[in-house]
This record gives sequence, structure tokens and C-alpha cells, in this order.
Amino acid sequence: MTFFSHLRKAAIATAFVFGATAVHADEQYFPLQSYRVGPYAAGGTGFFGGFIDYLNLINIRDGGVNGVKLTWSEGETQYEVEKGVEVYERLKSNPGIAAWNPLSVGIAYAMIDRITDDKVPLITINHGRTDTTDGRVFPYVFPLLLNPYSETSGIVNYIASKEGGLDKLKGKKIVVLYHGSPYGKETIPIYELLSQKYGFELSHIEVPHPGNEQQAQWLTIRREHPDYVVLRGWGVMNPVALKTAQKTGFPADHIVGNVWSNSEEDVIPAGDAAKGYTAITTQASGEQYPVVQEIVKTVYGAGKGNLEDKSRIGSVYHNLGIVNGILNVEAVRIAQAKFGNRTLTGDEVRWGFEHLKLDPARVEALGAKDLFHSINVSWDNHEGDGYVTFQQWDGKKWNVVSDWIAPDWKLLRPIIEKSSEAYAKEKGIKIRTAEDADAVVSN
Amino acid sequence: MAVQALDTARLPVDWAKLVQKLALPTALFVVAYGVVPAYASGYLVEAILLPFLALSLAAVGLNLLTGYCGQLSLGSSAFMAVGAFGAYNFNLRVEGLPLAVTMILAGISAAGFGVVFGLPSLRLRGFYLAVSTLAAQFFVQWALTKFGWFSNDNPSGVVSAPHLAVAGLSLDSATGRYLLSVTTVILITVLVSRLVNSATGRNFIAVRDNETAARVIGVPVLKTKLLAFALSSFIIGVAGVLWAFTYLRTVEPAGFNLDRSFQILFIIIIGGLASIRGAFLGAAFIVVFPLFLSRLGAFVFGGLFDSGVLDMSQRIVLGALIIIFLIAEPNGLSALFDRLKRRIGSRSS
Repeated sequence: MTFFSHLRKAAIATAFVFGATAVHADEQYFPLQSYRVGPYAAGGTGFFGGFIDYLNLINIRDGGVNGVKLTWSEGETQYEVEKGVEVYERLKSNPGIAAWNPLSVGIAYAMIDRITDDKVPLITINHGRTDTTDGRVFPYVFPLLLNPYSETSGIVNYIASKEGGLDKLKGKKIVVLYHGSPYGKETIPIYELLSQKYGFELSHIEVPHPGNEQQAQWLTIRREHPDYVVLRGWGVMNPVALKTAQKTGFPADHIVGNVWSNSEEDVIPAGDAAKGYTAITTQASGEQYPVVQEIVKTVYGAGKGNLEDKSRIGSVYHNLGIVNGILNVEAVRIAQAKFGNRTLTGDEVRWGFEHLKLDPARVEALGAKDLFHSINVSWDNHEGDGYVTFQQWDGKKWNVVSDWIAPDWKLLRPIIEKSSEAYAKEKGIKIRTAEDADAVVSN
Repeated sequence: MAVQALDTARLPVDWAKLVQKLALPTALFVVAYGVVPAYASGYLVEAILLPFLALSLAAVGLNLLTGYCGQLSLGSSAFMAVGAFGAYNFNLRVEGLPLAVTMILAGISAAGFGVVFGLPSLRLRGFYLAVSTLAAQFFVQWALTKFGWFSNDNPSGVVSAPHLAVAGLSLDSATGRYLLSVTTVILITVLVSRLVNSATGRNFIAVRDNETAARVIGVPVLKTKLLAFALSSFIIGVAGVLWAFTYLRTVEPAGFNLDRSFQILFIIIIGGLASIRGAFLGAAFIVVFPLFLSRLGAFVFGGLFDSGVLDMSQRIVLGALIIIFLIAEPNGLSALFDRLKRRIGSRSS
């Protein structure tokens, strides 16, 4: 039974793996639930590549954050919820966890109860559950920069600016082409609210997952003859939408993409059809920003770059990863200023995120001027008033075509609070006050 | 005198048999309720045992339908979804409904659904039936996404599991959820093992082996098939509740896709058709083995390759192992287990 004796050896080896956790002094650890294979690998490799590149930059250039070295390890999730939960359970026993960054709505949802028990922050940059913006109810969840409602408001404000003001929206017609999934449907009520407020005509058209056939939808769009089409897509649906639009004769420069339809991977497969297509983003793409240049020089120069394909440096997902790195590292730095330059607890890092205020001057000092605008997180506003900008694809690269635009946060806040308060009631959560937010668990 | 002597002579034999018969269940019981809650780590419970239990139960359910009654189904994860969303809605909309009742109602919803999608089985067989059960798969996912009511109009369509409590006792901790899972699985498994040895169970097998012959000897084929669909869907529905409430703690339609149906089908094929033990062995193989490979891979090659390459190579290894296992023993792990037991038995005697 040689097979079984091999099995026994293997079992012993695994026992070592399960038991192996080393304690290090002054290290801050980032558990990464990354996805490098599967249908969403393009986003995963770019985002986690950028995140790791930035952490590497801080270690190589500065020797860590005030001497505290940054460490990380990866577990593959393939964007699947149960794999994400497994990786969470596997990595959570590591000491000195700063924050979780799964970049997946499904995994983030499954983690909310767990990380709240553990008192460790969960970062869902540019996505996530909208009402987690309300820090009174969700102390440990941070949909940094942009939640789905703000994205909607930003897109409508951009279309208004193209038309010459919000009052010019009256009588215009906007079609939202959305992915047939919970993600795709999430913003329907907000578009309806804005359409009533500004008086534009609105219709929603669904594309069933995965969206590789859209002839019928685009014929309907041609019949409706809208002024703008908002593309709320995901994965293969985006290039197919652009190609079908070209076939049915709808101009690409009147299609506005949302934050998950804004990457190189969405437009390059569409070829010529994508020329003139515009999409929202919180972080501009390109390599020209000082922080990206330093990563190229210091990290890739030392052969430690994470992207295999160097032409993807400065792409939308890579830069999102870098911005995510900046926000995580700065939260740690801010928390260190209060609690000392040492390995922090998850709750201390949470305090850091709740005081994460980076004004344009600080952003410039970090080498990220024009890469992203600013952030202003507080204990009750976990999104942090992120600004958005719009980029147009010229067939080779994205070009910024707008100023930094502010979503209408005041309009959205009551809707968010209504939803989060309902959640608090359903789950029996006590609504937090500013004093609660200042009570920090330090061990 | 003679009678008494006979009795005393027979007694020790009975005891030995009884002990032998009860040894395994007792050991399992001690492990399930004593050793695991006391000593198991959070990782073992949360990442291995909870998905293992939920998928085992689903496999027991599908085995009843496919293994015993011979009806091939690809709708398992749809029935899981009906169970999970059913339990969520019963719990949400009926105040103070006990957890056990919620789970039974969720199972009944899934059973009703199973009967509807089992109707084609009266006309279709084999692969054709499998294709028609695919309809269940697509319909359920579509309906749960389309109608916000099912997820209580939650904008993102993902809902989180409610508090779990039995008789005022909170079961929200990892151990509590484990105990709920393991109790449910044991209860249903015991009932199923009684069922398959009953007249109904023999009807199932008769329908599987030769439908015409079964009809000739007076087995109500129509009723038997629908009963198999109902019971199987009930069990799979309850498994869906366990999957969503005790393991993931969230419910979303996308989590119950076709991949999950295939996964459950592979569990019973690899574990062994028409074998309750096979469902557990297969689930262990499907749930635990990839994790084991992934940990081993990360341990040995972690520094050399990124996690994506490792994951890809694990899939190749896993696929190759499945092929080797099935060539070595086409009747699944359960038969392999029997062979091993016989070999050990013959060596020791």
C-alpha cells in the first residue's frame, strides 16, 4: 500500500502547514484574498499586483511604515464566496492583521459578521454594500472613495455637465444597460430618484449574465433613441456592448461606463468600436504619476514587481491597487501617530481609517496628484467623499476628459441611513456614537 | 434447562454482534459531540466541517434520487437555493418561528419545487431528464434575481443570515452552528438509512433497475418517482439552509449556480452511487482534498510561484486523482473503502 504511505507522509506535511504561524515583532500583516485565475483574473491580477507593488515600495524605499515592516500573503479565491471564506479562516490567525481587502462584493458580505466579531477593518474600495458607508451601524466596513450610489450620482452629474448644467437634463433620455445580477440592479432606485429630481426620461434594460449576446437590447436602444446610454456592465458584457453598439449605429461617445466597465480589459477586445467611449473612475490611469514612476524604478527595477506583463503598469486596475495601497498604508500611519510606531491591532487600524483624511496637498506629497483627488473619512462616513473623473478611450489609452466631479452626497445620505438603520434593527445592532468610535481595543 | 442453556449460549454472540454494530456509530457520536466541539480549531470547523456537512447532506439527498431511484438531476443547487431563500423568508416574515420549523418549511418548499420539476421524469429518462432539470437551475436563479421580494428588496440582492437560536439558546458561534449542522445531518441521515431499507426504498431501487418490471410487479412508478423527487429536494433544501445559515452566513442567488449542482453530482459519483456512506466520503474528497492540496502546494512551492499558478496545478492534480480513483474503483470511494476493510479484516484473522 505505497499509495497510503505516501498519503500519510503528505498528511504529516500538512499538519506542519496547519500549525505553522510565527510571531514577528513590528510587522503589519495584510491577508490578501486574491483571484489570479478564473473569469475575473484580469481585475484580480491588476488590483492585487498594484496593492503588492505599493506595499513593496514602502518596504524597499522607507523600510516600512515608521520602521514597521509590511507583510502579506495570498490565498486564491477565484472570486468565489466559499473560497474567500476558507482563505479568511486560514489567514485570520496570523498576527498583526491590518485590514482585509477582498475586492469582491460576495466575499465582503460573507465577512461582515466575522470581521465585526474580530474587530478588524474590511475595505471594499469603489464597491461593496452601499449602506456600509454609515459608520454608525458598520464600524469595521469601509467602502472607500466610491459606493454604488455615489457612482450613479457622479455619472448623472457628468452627463449634466456635458449638456451644460443639471437644469438641461430635463427632457433628455438616458438608458441604463445593466448586468442581470444583484450588482447590476443595485442602482436602479437611485437612477429613478435622480430622474424624478432632474426630469430626465429613464429606462432600464437588462442583459442576462454573462452578456455575450446583446443584439435585442441594442435594437431596443436604437428604437428608443436615447441621448446617453449608461453601461453598467461586468466582464465580457462590456466589449460586446461596445461592438453591438457600433453594429446598430449608436455612437460610442454617448456611452458612459460605470466603475466596473472602465478598464483596458473592457475596451481593448472591442477594438475600434470602443474609440470615444467614456467611463467613470476614481483613479486616473497612466504611468506619469510620481508614485507610479517610483514603483517602476524602485520595485520593478529591483525585480520585485508583481505584474508579469509590464505593459499593464499604470492600467486602471493596477492604479486602483496602488491607490488602495496608499489608503491602507496611510490609515496605518495615522493610527501609528496616535498609538505608537508598533504593530497595531485591527481596532487601532480601524481608528486610523476613521481618521483617514488626505487633502489634495497630502495626496500630492504622496506622489499621487491627479491620480486620485482626496479622501475624508470620518467615524460615521466610511466612504470619505471621494471625487470621480471621466476618461475617454482613444483606441490606445485612456485620456482624462473631465474635472474632478463631486457626487451629490447630501441627497444620498438619508437613503443610506434609512437602509443601514433597517439593517441595525433587523440584526439588533446598537447604533454607534462618536464616543463609541473613540473607544479602541488595543490588545 | 436445555432452553436456558441455549439462551446463555446465544447471549455472548449477540453481545459481541451488538457491540460490533454499535461501535462505529458510538465512536462517531463521541467525535461529533465530544471531541470536535471541545478540541477542533476555528479553521477546522468554519472552513472544513461546515461546508463538508452541508454538502454531505445535499449529496445524501441527491443520492436518494439518482443513486437509489435512478433519476439523473442537475437541479440540486436550485433546490438548495429554494431552501436557503425559503428559510430566510419564513424567518423574516413570520415572527417568532422556531428554527426547526423554519428549516422544515424551507425543506417543504424545496420539496414542492422538486415535485414540479420532477414531473418531466414521468416521460423523460437519463440524460434527457438531466437536461430538463437544468430548467430548474436557470429558472430559480433568474426568479431570485428578478424579484426583489425574495431578498427583502435588498438593493444588492445579497442577504445575511439571521440569528440562530434554539429554545432561546444562541447558536451563532462557530461551535453552535456546527452543533446545529451536525445534529440536522445525523437526524436526516438516520431517517434516510431507515427509508432505503424499507418497502419505499426497495420501490426506488426497482424503478431504477427496471421500470417496466417494477410496473409489472405492482410498484406505483409514478408515485415512487415523484416521492423520490420530493424527499430528495426536501433534504437538499435543508442542506441549502445549512450552507447559507451555518456556513456562509449570507444568501445570494449567484452562490447557487450550475457549478454547485455539478459538484454535488460529482460527490455522489466519486463517493459511490446508492450508498449513504459514499455521500460523506465523496463530500470529504471534494471539500477537504482541494484544501489539503492547496495547503501542501503553498507550503512546498509557496515562495516559487504565485497563488494563481499553484491553484491551476492543484486542479490538474485533483483531476488526475479523480481519474485514477475511478479507474481503480468505478463504484466510488465507498467500494474502495469496503475493499480496504476486507483486506484489513482478512489480514488480522
